[in-house]
Amino acid sequence: MTRLRNFHAAQWDEPLILDKGSPGERGYMPPAVEPAISEAIGNPLSLIPDEMRREVPPRLPEMAQPSVLRHYLRLSQMTMGCHITPDASLGTCTMKYSPQGNEHLVRMPEMSDLHPLQDDETTQGILEIIYKFEEMLCEISGMDAFTFQPAGGSPAIFANACIIRAYHRDRGEGDQRDEIISTAFSHPIDCAAPAVAGYRVITLMPGPNGFPELDALKAAVSERTAGLMMTNPEDTGIFNPQVEEFTRIVHEAGGLCAYDQANANGILGVTRACDNGFDLCQFNLHKTFSVPHGSTGGSCGAGGCTDELAKYLPSPMVAFDGERYFWDYARPHSIGKIRSFHGNVQAVLRSYAWVLAHGAEGLRAVAETAVLNNNYLQSLLAQIPGVDIKYETQGHRLQEVRYSWQPLLEETGIGTEDVKRRMVDFGLQGYFTSHHPVLVPEPFTLEPSETWSKADLDEYGAVFNHIDGEARSDPETVRNAPHSASVRRIHEDAVDEPDQWAMTWRGWKRKYGEKATNVRTAAN
Amino acid sequence: MSKRVGLIVNPIAGMGGRVGLKGTDGVDAVERARALGAVPASSDRASVTVGLLAGRSGDELTILTPPGAMGEQVCRSLGLDPVVIGPQTIDVTGAEDTRIAARAIIDAGVDLLLFAGGDGTARDLYEAVGTGPPVLGIPTGVKMHSSVYATNPRAAGDLAVRFLSSDYQLCRESEVMDIDEKAFREGRVSARLYGYLNVPYHRSLVQGLKTGSGFGGAGELTGIAADITERMTGGALWILGPGTTTRAIAERLGEKKTLLGVDLYSRGEAVSLDASEQDLLRHLDGQPARIVVTPIGGQGYLFGRGNQQLSPRVIRRVGKENIVVVATTWKLTGLDGEPLLVDSGDADLDRELAGYLRVVTGYHQESVQRVS
Repeated sequence: MTRLRNFHAAQWDEPLILDKGSPGERGYMPPAVEPAISEAIGNPLSLIPDEMRREVPPRLPEMAQPSVLRHYLRLSQMTMGCHITPDASLGTCTMKYSPQGNEHLVRMPEMSDLHPLQDDETTQGILEIIYKFEEMLCEISGMDAFTFQPAGGSPAIFANACIIRAYHRDRGEGDQRDEIISTAFSHPIDCAAPAVAGYRVITLMPGPNGFPELDALKAAVSERTAGLMMTNPEDTGIFNPQVEEFTRIVHEAGGLCAYDQANANGILGVTRACDNGFDLCQFNLHKTFSVPHGSTGGSCGAGGCTDELAKYLPSPMVAFDGERYFWDYARPHSIGKIRSFHGNVQAVLRSYAWVLAHGAEGLRAVAETAVLNNNYLQSLLAQIPGVDIKYETQGHRLQEVRYSWQPLLEETGIGTEDVKRRMVDFGLQGYFTSHHPVLVPEPFTLEPSETWSKADLDEYGAVFNHIDGEARSDPETVRNAPHSASVRRIHEDAVDEPDQWAMTWRGWKRKYGEKATNVRTAAN
Repeated sequence: MSKRVGLIVNPIAGMGGRVGLKGTDGVDAVERARALGAVPASSDRASVTVGLLAGRSGDELTILTPPGAMGEQVCRSLGLDPVVIGPQTIDVTGAEDTRIAARAIIDAGVDLLLFAGGDGTARDLYEAVGTGPPVLGIPTGVKMHSSVYATNPRAAGDLAVRFLSSDYQLCRESEVMDIDEKAFREGRVSARLYGYLNVPYHRSLVQGLKTGSGFGGAGELTGIAADITERMTGGALWILGPGTTTRAIAERLGEKKTLLGVDLYSRGEAVSLDASEQDLLRHLDGQPARIVVTPIGGQGYLFGRGNQQLSPRVIRRVGKENIVVVATTWKLTGLDGEPLLVDSGDADLDRELAGYLRVVTGYHQESVQRVS
């Protein structure tokens, strides 16, 4: 039987850095300007153009170096991430181990000292890697071209919406085709991105098996259909087995089909976007291809498409003339820039190294292990009385499952937010509940990627089983959780209230003024 | 942080159900139910809710309740000492007692008013206190067409605790529906929309837009209203059915709208308020028109519940393709996968309306829903 961890997180009662330091405290004193330099250029500050010079210096905290170091190390001790705890918690995020060797690669000066404005002749190495990685993704997806300019999944999906728009406009149907179809269990960006691109968005709700019925799609398509933008497997981990019918129906109506492949970890080397009839797709290198995400680094949404659409991809693209690689700007049909310069090319380097390390068979093994892990975890969760798994499925779920604590809520009054707060008391990261709309009641979504071991998953099963029991025998302990975390309790009600937010320190001061300090003291 | 909660139990609610009487509105019906062997279950169900609430609130909770079977007994049986308020003597509990008690409790001031009953009780509550103070139903009645109840007594307690302990006490205007019990006992369903109670909901249970401006109802309603008013510029007659969703459309136009009635607009201006079927047919003569309706929350009825003015003749005159359905995503997901329903009174029309249709859920946003 799996032992529950006796855990307590670090608690440092650490103020915000802007509340720290004291006037005159110094972290670094730059040396005085040497006379020879002064003679040559006068006051060095005068080199900064007037319009760029601050009139008032920024209000930065004045702190000694050891204080700064201590501050951030304390904060780091109070975080819980996938390098310190197994993270099957953040379903839909594909948390997996990012090999530290690849971090070494991107920190090498050959990479870290590069500048996007360097002449192509001096950056042949990274251009070759980008070019070859594009070929790899074409092989993996069956697409014909890829861009790495979008700095995340959402920008890549937005680029796909823009390409759909450009395609219909060039065919003279831009005004007529003003609707994009998506599904309720696709990521919300598959609605948001086309909406930003000016489309009317039609969402298909799930049928009894968890994916939309064909008749619903048939009722949605028309001469106004510009395209279909969907995930598969969807957020439920259910793979829509009728996807080829979906793309066929949309094609027959004159639309294009864009595949959101943020959930690709369970299908690498198994099925491809082109085999399912898609014209466009995107991979999140920071999920499936092991690039660290969250606070550790820039992400990359790799956007792929067929030959017919390749001319619309963002500019520039890396091209090869048989002798040298170069950035090709001569692309008159391109939708333009999605991101300044070339996006996060260090993400491409990491993914390139990761794919080379795995090889084709290794990538398929990633998918198979991720699916096996998920189904093992599901078998553990299925035994917990308070857990429900909505929707009958004919086969296995793929890389994740959206579970429900609805039975537990009905029997004990303990719901998913309560369990989420309690699980961190056992050293596990709080889970992801659900995207909107919330169709599974009291939801939580677990995605055990290929990284986590059987022992890790057994720990998840044991913790949830324990909390299920606690909800029945000692509900107050669950309700008042967390007890062993860095932060006792925060008021989550404000999370959905824009008028309560402050995204910056300046915004916080503006909104709350001097009250800000009082509130924080009370919380401590 | 002390909390004051009102409690009104309709002790005879639900009695008719198990003996097949379809409701206990009216003293005769109560006596017939008793004669048929019905036992009051409303108090037991209410005590589940109150017990849970009291257990989780401790000394901080003050309950205001009418005497005897209308709430006091439930409290005493749980070892609680309530403030007794409202009508002093009750023989055969009737609607008037509920209304007197509700007014007395609201006047005395409470954070939340709980009631145990069905649609008849909900109507009494609405008549007494209107759409203002937070009211939550403990479902104990036979007829449950309104969307003012928690899903069960336990959930009512849980929602009450969460509502009372939250920093942001959010409510939604929820439909008070009732059917004519006499007709119902004769086998005919004739539901009416009586008004809206302000019912608590909890953030974690709320579903927002998949995309767009906000998670709450207000943001979604604004989006829906913007979508519809954008299309109302032409010469067509626009018929807005009852409800808070359609009211948002009229508000965006800066025009009046009756909450419970069917109203007509042309070129962005109201041309007839609270129109009857005859009014509608007269205006429709030779005029292209659109009907905008929203399903009843928790029920999914598009036609035949609370909007009978939109009769089969009116619907046929306007045409199926000119029906525009609007609903927040929150309302649609509340149907939990069940289809939208039509019960127009004309079986052929109901069949024609069945299938899939689009529902406007926000600005330039739609969802495909099954209708049966």
